[in-house]
Amino acid sequence: MLFFKYLNVCSINKLTLIFTGSTSKSEDTDPPLDDETGSKVEQAKETSTDPIINITGDLPASDTQQPPTTNKIADPLLDLFSDTPAVDAKKPIQPIPDLFEDEGSDLFTEPRQTKPAKQPQKSLFGEPDEDLFAEPLGATSKKTISQEPKTVTPKPSGDGGDKGANQREPADIFTEEAVITAPTVSKTPGATSKTNGVHSEEDTDIFAEATVELSLDSPHNERKKDMTAKPSASAPSLAAAAAAASLTKPQSAALEETTLPMFRTKTFTVRRRFSDFLGLYEKLSEKHGPNGFIVPPPPEKSILGMTKVKVGKEDSSSTDFVERRRGALERYLQRVVNHPSLIQDPDVREFLEREELPRAVNTQALSGAGFLKMINKATDAVSKMTIKMNESDVWFEEKLQEVEAADQLFRKLHTLVESLVVHRKELSLNTASFAKSAAMLGSAEDNTALSRALSQLAEVEDKMEQLHQEQAANDTFSFAELIADFIRLLGAVRGSFDHRMKAWQRWQDAQSMLQKKRETEAKLLWANKPDKLQLAKEEIVEWEAKVTQYERDFERVSATVRKEVIRFEKERTKNFKRQIIKYMESLLQSQQQVKCFYSSLGMKKTM
Amino acid sequence: MTTLDDSNKEKIRSVSVDLNNDASLLIDIPDALCERDKVKFTVHTKTTLSSFQKPEFSVPRQHEDFIWLHDTLVETEDYAGLIIPPAPPKPDFEGPREKMHKLGEGEATMTKEEYTKMKQELEAEYLAVFKKTVQVHEIFLQRLSSHPILNKDRNFQIFLEYDQDLSVRRKNAKEMFGGFFKNMVKSADEVLISGVKEVDDFFEQEKTFLLDYYSKIKDSTAKAEKMTRSHKNIADDYIRISSLMYQQKITRILIYTHIVVTMSFVSLQKVEGRVASDQELKLTELLRYYMRDIQAAKDLLYRRARALADYENSNKALDKARLKSKDIPQAEEHQQQCLQKFDKLSESGKKELTSFKGRRVVAFRKNLIEMAELEIKHAKVRSSIQLYYICFIMCTNELQYAWGICKILCEQI
Repeated sequence: MLFFKYLNVCSINKLTLIFTGSTSKSEDTDPPLDDETGSKVEQAKETSTDPIINITGDLPASDTQQPPTTNKIADPLLDLFSDTPAVDAKKPIQPIPDLFEDEGSDLFTEPRQTKPAKQPQKSLFGEPDEDLFAEPLGATSKKTISQEPKTVTPKPSGDGGDKGANQREPADIFTEEAVITAPTVSKTPGATSKTNGVHSEEDTDIFAEATVELSLDSPHNERKKDMTAKPSASAPSLAAAAAAASLTKPQSAALEETTLPMFRTKTFTVRRRFSDFLGLYEKLSEKHGPNGFIVPPPPEKSILGMTKVKVGKEDSSSTDFVERRRGALERYLQRVVNHPSLIQDPDVREFLEREELPRAVNTQALSGAGFLKMINKATDAVSKMTIKMNESDVWFEEKLQEVEAADQLFRKLHTLVESLVVHRKELSLNTASFAKSAAMLGSAEDNTALSRALSQLAEVEDKMEQLHQEQAANDTFSFAELIADFIRLLGAVRGSFDHRMKAWQRWQDAQSMLQKKRETEAKLLWANKPDKLQLAKEEIVEWEAKVTQYERDFERVSATVRKEVIRFEKERTKNFKRQIIKYMESLLQSQQQVKCFYSSLGMKKTM
Repeated sequence: MTTLDDSNKEKIRSVSVDLNNDASLLIDIPDALCERDKVKFTVHTKTTLSSFQKPEFSVPRQHEDFIWLHDTLVETEDYAGLIIPPAPPKPDFEGPREKMHKLGEGEATMTKEEYTKMKQELEAEYLAVFKKTVQVHEIFLQRLSSHPILNKDRNFQIFLEYDQDLSVRRKNAKEMFGGFFKNMVKSADEVLISGVKEVDDFFEQEKTFLLDYYSKIKDSTAKAEKMTRSHKNIADDYIRISSLMYQQKITRILIYTHIVVTMSFVSLQKVEGRVASDQELKLTELLRYYMRDIQAAKDLLYRRARALADYENSNKALDKARLKSKDIPQAEEHQQQCLQKFDKLSESGKKELTSFKGRRVVAFRKNLIEMAELEIKHAKVRSSIQLYYICFIMCTNELQYAWGICKILCEQI
């Protein structure tokens, strides 16, 4: 039981951010960093705030440095933050959702400013699933940083001040959301929907615009992802921003906090439209995809969903949609910044920093670029079918098979989980109507004791209905979305395999071209045409160079793909573990509540 | 009626109480055979009464025989003042049979694991329906046997004793049609009769109460059924999810989701399935049964109201006869008869309704308590499963090992 209690505490704390990194390097007791992180390791180490986060699951297992810190964390959150400077050495880069910050004023400055940067954190808007911290040190610091849902905003003043800004969200997503929206709603009631919702989480700044201004001056900018939890009044409206463009979607702001030196300020907030996210993805995949990197994919466009939201339908499906999208975008950004190579890309930095991005029109479905993309995709698909690669390395073949099997499996799983969600929603509706009916029955009953019992039953069922609804939401957000994300990622992994195959193809083509040139040369030699011969020889040299280069390219791409896949596996495993634990914890909590409800019913049965 | 003494009974009757504690006539249905649509019940009687030929005997009966018995009792004038226990509903295997059919069709698309699991679930469901119908028939007989007046009925004795097939006595098509027509007339009459002025306060109250309560309990029954069905749907989903994951090879990519999802869902679904069926039994069945019982009480009221209307008509006829000075003695006698009938109905009706109330309250209490206890038990099981898995996952890094352990645990739940 003790363990369980601890667990509970942990789970609550887990979310709360715990980044009080210590300034000392010794803190980098980070768990062995991945090879991939390579040079970034240093940075990672510095930034690893994970220790703090690891509380959750890893506590039993982790013996890493965190114990002391974690203990702190386990304590009432606020205390943690109020601890100071000693504690906050590592600053969470994470953009902390200011949402919760009641503390408003706190932005924690990263003590480490001087240290090499941590990646910009994407604030998890209470996205528990992004919580990398939970992972023990294994997680690269980068990861941890970004993942921290807790926002710990470094204070410019550098004081440890940690306010518990990140009050961490209650394990329950809904509550988190509620909290978040509360401040937001109060904040910009007007600004809401019409703007591309930037949601300033900052508690201190209620008004997004104001925040932005302020933040320009101070390091307190935070970029947050905002979500519109409630389409109606929430300020950050992801969806609400009706804006203009037919197909571009309004988006959420991205909140970030960073200590990376390459960024100008520590925390900053910008507003971004959905199309900007897509544009970022386009750019990154063009640049890095062919090199074998696994570029994380953003969520898809959804005409139906967006239209519903734009039309202003205020039902739960549009809120769901907005919430899902926000979560997905946040996780997307987290992955991008966690990637050791991608974070170096200036485009990413620009995305995170620049106030106004040029409209990424080429993400529009009906634009010229859109058509071009479609055509490219078609040709790719055809060529994939025709290219038969001689796989020299059996590792790749196996991996590809695994990936494809996993993809199939998860697609099926996704449909099943969606149906589970639907059924649970149905159950909650039915329970609600039964509760009402039981209440009426109780009132019609003339035996007083029985009447009382029946009305109590009605109350219990009512509470059960609440519970079922929460459970459904939980199912959706922490489970179904997880799976959907994973399916997308698997697609990206497949994509990188495809790029490798293309590189191979290029090499082979070059080789055959070289062969042809040699044959031509031989022919010319035999035909004795000295002038053409010279040309042929030149061509041969040129092609030989190309062949060598393509071969090297292929090797390089293969190596990258391999590294990426390994890193992907590790990361996924960790992520899943964390997420599943969270999901189970919430299930557990709801079971406890069921017990309580029915106990109260039984106790009152004094008939 | 005294409260049920469990030790007297081997089986616990969930929806009715005070049955079978009179040793002079003990009835139960120890087994039943199910062939296609027909269920053959074995009615076993133990009696010390001299009116029966043997002290202990068993006869096979079909559902239609029960219906025949019920209808004859209803039609007996002498019992007009009694609440006749509601007839047991027809065994309905349609639901499970349809699912079984769908399962058979989809067999090709499912994995063997999934198919076996769903088949097991279906069999369990089938069995549950079967048990329910046996129980309902048994309760019907037991209520008859514990009623001081009804258990002396000649038809009841024939039902229990006659070892030949009762089909000769069952309704043929014509009679069934006539019965249907009668029902329609009855409902039309009910509407008219409800407008009749009631002289007795007790009955007035009862009428209002029963009418209101009936509609509410009907509504509750429907909603409870829907709720139970939702639970079953969720359990089915769990089955599918777990069977999807069950046979997958473990790869690094899948590992955690694999283990956790599979195992927890596998065990959860068992619990969910049990929750659904328990809830069904305790709550939905209770409501359904009492809905029928209240209908029977309403029927009593109806008969009494009819007798009252008859009495008033006879009064009018008497007055008319007096006016015309013709057939006065017949009219008077008729009026006397109606009055007597009405009084008798009123008296026995009052008794019946009062005891019905008490019986209902006790049954509700018992069932609701049991349901709450079961829910708590299930919640405990669910939460301990989940807690267990959480600890387990957190503590282990050795995945193959974890997988094996999980599998074993799962079997045991």
